[in-house]
Amino acid sequence: MSEILRVHDLAVRYGHIEAVKGLDFRLNEGEITALVGANGAGKSTTLLALSGLLKPSRGRIEFQGEDITRLAPHQIVQRGVVQVAEGRAILTTLTVAENLQLGAYTRPDKAGVGDSLDEVYQLFPRLKDRAAQFAGNLSGGEQQMLAIGRALMAKPRLLLLDEPSMGLAPLMVQEIFRTVSEINRAGLTILLVEQNVRQALKIARQGYVIETGKIVLSDSGENLLANPKVEEAYLGG
Amino acid sequence: MLEQQLLNALTLGSVYALFALGFTLVFGVLAVINLSHGAVFMVGSYAALALVTRLEAPLWAAMLGAMLVSGTLGLLVDMLILKPLRARNAPHLIPMIATIGVGIMLTSTAQGLFGAEILRFPDGILPAGEFVVGDVHVRALEIAIVAIAFVLMAVLFAVLKRTQLGRALRAIAESPKAAWLLGINVERLFHITSFAAAALGGIAGVLIGLNFNAITPQMGQPILHKGIAAIILGGMGDIRGALFGGLFLGFAEVISKAYLSSQMGDAVAFGLLFLILLVRPSGLFGRKLERKA
Repeated sequence: MSEILRVHDLAVRYGHIEAVKGLDFRLNEGEITALVGANGAGKSTTLLALSGLLKPSRGRIEFQGEDITRLAPHQIVQRGVVQVAEGRAILTTLTVAENLQLGAYTRPDKAGVGDSLDEVYQLFPRLKDRAAQFAGNLSGGEQQMLAIGRALMAKPRLLLLDEPSMGLAPLMVQEIFRTVSEINRAGLTILLVEQNVRQALKIARQGYVIETGKIVLSDSGENLLANPKVEEAYLGG
Repeated sequence: MLEQQLLNALTLGSVYALFALGFTLVFGVLAVINLSHGAVFMVGSYAALALVTRLEAPLWAAMLGAMLVSGTLGLLVDMLILKPLRARNAPHLIPMIATIGVGIMLTSTAQGLFGAEILRFPDGILPAGEFVVGDVHVRALEIAIVAIAFVLMAVLFAVLKRTQLGRALRAIAESPKAAWLLGINVERLFHITSFAAAALGGIAGVLIGLNFNAITPQMGQPILHKGIAAIILGGMGDIRGALFGGLFLGFAEVISKAYLSSQMGDAVAFGLLFLILLVRPSGLFGRKLERKA
């Protein structure tokens, strides 16, 4: 598998506080990689830095061989790195259809956009039924589907998912993880950030465990699940 | 009589609405209360006058020129003043204060360049036609003002509602962060918004200047207050609210001047506004004002 993203010594500060303290990791093309850890470990900060919304204080982010560390957020999206931010990442005052249309904002191939829309509706039939409704009226699970569907509209090369299972009912969590696997099987590289460590490592080929801004473990998802340290700290022993 | 007053009110109200739309657009998209909008309105008026008197431009060209001048001014305010403040994460009051300063600068510059006295468009420039419908004297000028205001507002509504640009602007209004993550160049759309809003403010200035045929450096001040009142009444950042609020203020002002007190028309209009806000503090179309980071 070839490497698609390489992060070297990434550090991010909020004022005097260094939230991310020199991360090194890499993503292989076509794989799901999980970045797991507790609340406040620096996971979301890392993703925001990858998307250019936070400027790293040091380090380097290379996407497909290109240094994207200093690019503006919209330029990073244009390169094909698309993030589904945590929580309610959708635009509640726009309709479902408008959210999806905006997902394709950076795409020059207007003809292909219609095909992508069909694919998204096929993946999430419920969104099609609710296309004309305001996104704010959707349930939590439907909002997360919309957020993922909207990101797919950009035709990403790398999808960054920030806690897609957060705040969802258990059944919906299962469905979201199933969908993430399905999208990956179609060939998309995914960086999955999760507090739901067990579920995330189950579907990830490779995993990194992050604690207080540092990567403390890295291994295959399978090995991490079996690792006693991971089990003790994150899987409830 | 009433019909005549209603026509006056519609004319005035449609220009207030046009002015308020630009104001509310900037508030909605940039989250800034741009208090230089009144001065930009005044600059539009002087720009049209200068084009007509010094370059002998026809009125329609002077209007376009005025939009260009005021729009460019709005763009410069965004690039030179608001953008550096954004980059430094200035608290909300700072850009507002800064734009008060811009307004004062522009007003005194206009006074220096054109003098403090009232200037007028030369004879023959204004559409002179007038016809009588029933008891109402309708000036062609009034028809033109209402038509221009409503066409521009309709264009703005259509852009916001139907185009990708409009969707992107609404996305920024809800969450700039979400907009960036969609690949929207938020900074660029801030510039476009500032230009468009100021251009609308500038043409509103031309229309008011034509309607009363009077241009002064201070003319931006009363309309600034009315613009603020209109968007608060309609609901901050809401486009329909600005349209409604502007029309409401035009009608309240004209009707109270005609039937209650010619001196205290504004007092009555603003008193009424206060009463409405007691009942609906977030304005008629208003939502809560907070937005996501």
